[in-house]
Amino acid sequence: MAGAAGPAAGSGAAGGDGDDSLYPIAVLIDELRNEDVQLRLNSIKKLSTIALALGVERTRTELLPFLTDTIYDEDEVLLALAEQLGNFTGLVGGPDFAHCLLPPLESLATVEETVVRDKAVESLRQISQEHTPVALEAHFVPLVKRLASGDWFTSRTSACGLFSVCYPRASIAVKGEIKQYFRSLCSDDTPMVRRAAASKLGEFAKVLELDSVKSEIVPLFTNLASDEQDSVRLLAVEACVSIAQLLSQEDIEALVMPTLRQAAEDKSWRVRYMVADKFSELQKAVGPKITLNDLIPAFQNLLKDCEAEVRAAAAHKVKELCENLPIEGRETIIMNQILPYIKELVSDTNQHVKSALASVIMGLATILGKENTIEHLLPLFLAQLKDECPEVRLNIISNLDCVNEVIGIRQLSQSLLPAIVELAEDAKWRVRLAIIEYMPLLAGQLGVEFFDEKLNSLCMAWLVDHVYAIREAATSNLMKLVQKFGTEWAQNTIVPKVLVMANDPNYLHRMTTLFCINALSEACGQEITTKQMLPIVLKMAGDQVANVRFNVAKSLQKIGPILDTDALQVEVKPVLQKLGQDEDMDVKYFAQEAISVLALA
Amino acid sequence: MITGLGALTQDTPWCFSQVKGTVEIGATEADIISTVEFNHTGELLATGDKGGRVVIFQREQESKNQVHRRGEYNVYSTFQSHEPEFDYLKSLEIEEKINKIRWLPQQNAAYFLLSTNDKTVKLWKVSERDKRPEGYNLKDEEGRLRDPATITTLRVPVLRPMDLMVEATPRRVFANAHTYHINSISVNSDYETYMSADDLRINLWNFEITNQSFNIVDIKPANMEELTEVITAAEFHPHHCNTFVYSSSKGTIRLCDMRASALCDRHTKFFEEPEDPSNRSFFSEIISSISDVKFSHSGRYIMTRDYLTVKVWDLNMENRPIETYQVHDYLRSKLCSLYENDCIFDKFECVWNGSDSVIMTGSYNNFFRMFDRNTKRDVTLEASRENSKPRAILKPRKVCVGGKRRKDEISVDSLDFSKKILHTAWHPSENIIAVAATNNLYIFQDKVN
Repeated sequence: MAGAAGPAAGSGAAGGDGDDSLYPIAVLIDELRNEDVQLRLNSIKKLSTIALALGVERTRTELLPFLTDTIYDEDEVLLALAEQLGNFTGLVGGPDFAHCLLPPLESLATVEETVVRDKAVESLRQISQEHTPVALEAHFVPLVKRLASGDWFTSRTSACGLFSVCYPRASIAVKGEIKQYFRSLCSDDTPMVRRAAASKLGEFAKVLELDSVKSEIVPLFTNLASDEQDSVRLLAVEACVSIAQLLSQEDIEALVMPTLRQAAEDKSWRVRYMVADKFSELQKAVGPKITLNDLIPAFQNLLKDCEAEVRAAAAHKVKELCENLPIEGRETIIMNQILPYIKELVSDTNQHVKSALASVIMGLATILGKENTIEHLLPLFLAQLKDECPEVRLNIISNLDCVNEVIGIRQLSQSLLPAIVELAEDAKWRVRLAIIEYMPLLAGQLGVEFFDEKLNSLCMAWLVDHVYAIREAATSNLMKLVQKFGTEWAQNTIVPKVLVMANDPNYLHRMTTLFCINALSEACGQEITTKQMLPIVLKMAGDQVANVRFNVAKSLQKIGPILDTDALQVEVKPVLQKLGQDEDMDVKYFAQEAISVLALA
Repeated sequence: MITGLGALTQDTPWCFSQVKGTVEIGATEADIISTVEFNHTGELLATGDKGGRVVIFQREQESKNQVHRRGEYNVYSTFQSHEPEFDYLKSLEIEEKINKIRWLPQQNAAYFLLSTNDKTVKLWKVSERDKRPEGYNLKDEEGRLRDPATITTLRVPVLRPMDLMVEATPRRVFANAHTYHINSISVNSDYETYMSADDLRINLWNFEITNQSFNIVDIKPANMEELTEVITAAEFHPHHCNTFVYSSSKGTIRLCDMRASALCDRHTKFFEEPEDPSNRSFFSEIISSISDVKFSHSGRYIMTRDYLTVKVWDLNMENRPIETYQVHDYLRSKLCSLYENDCIFDKFECVWNGSDSVIMTGSYNNFFRMFDRNTKRDVTLEASRENSKPRAILKPRKVCVGGKRRKDEISVDSLDFSKKILHTAWHPSENIIAVAATNNLYIFQDKVN
């Protein structure tokens, strides 16, 4: 024992005489290799504790070499390891030793699992900042070069994310080399690497001198944008945004626009889709002038693209595009250059396109103002409310608030009602569920009078739907309505109807009464709960179906806190005690639970 | 580059190299090989069997003192890829049989392959490990627990060399996307997607995403009674990531361009040979069904196999194949009995050699055929135990149709239809072939001196 104390003593924070504090660390170290992944993961997450105990020197000379070779593990363990190492500089002795962390991260940067590689790259980027300029060139840049010229494409893809962190801090000579390596990755044989390079092109451009952007990045960008692989070309669209942000209007026109125009008309729908999907970013990056001259015509084409996916992506962007137009002349542009295309889309053959449009079209009302909305948009809304596809109708209904602000909802209510009723009775329960969720919103927009007259009966009908999810949503809907319209309204319109269901021959409906009471009691307050709801609940304690009885116990537990002590002691307690003696196991269980929660024992 | 020309001439004949699998005749059903595939370098050779197992062979490094044993293939890894399952919703048994194996381009030190049965595609990683950590804090070398009180110093495990261990781990499971039986899988040249084809639909997957796939072809009619054809095979173009072909039971091939639209229900090209009315018979439709379709390495041609022929089509000519090779025309008179014993539904595959100059496909009686596209020579060879001596030269075999049988010829009537060669593979750059004969895998190579 005396001999064993030797080597550890001098080296770290926790060295020394056989103390208890070593034991937990010893367990952690051993569990780095436990068969149970969860334990290994746990140890890795406490790697800093282990390192702290070992001290900086043993961490560098023993722990890190071990970790470097531990890349056989499960993804989640490797992911945790990659993340830990990003914050490890202090534990290996500070910035002077940050380079010791490079070998394990280098091997993690070559694994096949993308999330692990990305995390390793993220940690490497973090650590690069902790290197001194000298250490960066001595250790970090060589690592980037190794990865960039690695045999396997996993290492080359990882390299792509590291150029932008070393370039700004490197000397002129090294800068040249870095650019050279990046260039060769942009024309790598494997599409994986070209994709990685294309996706990092923008961030690399940002750290380069403007001249280099124009003379070196733009040609790379142009090449990637005409790559034979669709999957590479479409990433160049994203790079468009970052590069355009760096350039003057003139340069954008000369260096970026030819490529962007080409991408908007690419033979592959996936590339055109990308242009549609990134449209708002592109619009901001190229500025208003080019937008008017180039992007609007391109957008018109995307809105009538032959591929529905592209039309849908473009339709999604209609509102943002319009919002981002310069205010001056915006109305005219929208009315003359966008609206005609939107009108076409309202009767598109593809339902995804129509529903994409329906999800944003209401937003145009605020931009175009009252008159235009009534004259031009309202007919479209009305047509969409009658669309055969429920999703289109739902999307219109869910955005009613935008229109309400501009023209008031009355203009729509004539068409709205049949649309709502039809959705409320749709054969697909998911559609019914979706419309229920919009009921509180609609109630707020339409007002209590309209609601009572037209929609109340729907809300009650959902309570007896044959799908549980609908009944459940219907109860929480009632709660939200009460919050909106107040307790008096509840007492007059909802509560009586709910309580009648307590006598329904179907036990599922009787249970719905209980669920409603659970949801409503709080919103309705003590008086209504005690006077109207409690008697019904107590009466149901004698139900012949055990499921009803144990839900009575659960309900009592739920509404108990709202009741006064008197009611609890005199009315609730005896019933729960009786249920506590029930022949059914579950009833007994829930009754006893209620008794103990309400402290009635 | 290899010279395909020489492969079939007498100067450089094929010779026996190895045979894998049990010698006993009574092999179990599970041992029957159901697919064979070389990886992109030819260093590895994978087989799948009806028992759901995948066996990977690795080519040994050539050694100078054993010249004649150049590059033999030895077992590298064996693993159970698929297990039998039961679909309780449809009351269907799902066989574990491996229908296809496809290798992924190598991305790091490990190897990756896709294997599929009728319903589920799996991505496997095959990797090596040659180090093992040693040293615990709480246990001694023999694994006995130490008294915690005696722990006075922390030990960090040290890695020590150990015997090479090859591990196969399932990385992804792509399930629940096929209602019908998967017949093909094909990796895209973009390295990030692959497709899987069943009788009526083709799905496109991303390697990283298992919970969704895109349907790119759907030929299921609204009313199943109107069903007239099924998809029999599908493959991506080797270089153009947007192009793929699929073949049908009607003997036609459709080429689709994924750039044109998200759902490729309209083909870009349609390859069909007009039927010869004089050859029309009850069996015409069955024997014209395409059992395999393969792009040439160059991407210029596609090859299709139907029951009696192999055809080579130029992508630029849709109305007829540029070459048609008779695989076993002598069976034309026996179609009736082949129909009765179900052999007429056998799905023969076909392969190109590395330079697209020779094609190979299987037949019955453990015969397989090679056609040299340049010299128009063809040869029938046999995979059998009889001439499985090292470096034994394979003798060309002949089947005779008429009454007179010459020496060395075999009569059509004595062909053994239970011995069929459905699956073969050709090394990507050398004259090495792998031929699956029931439960045995034969490896042949051209003779060099």
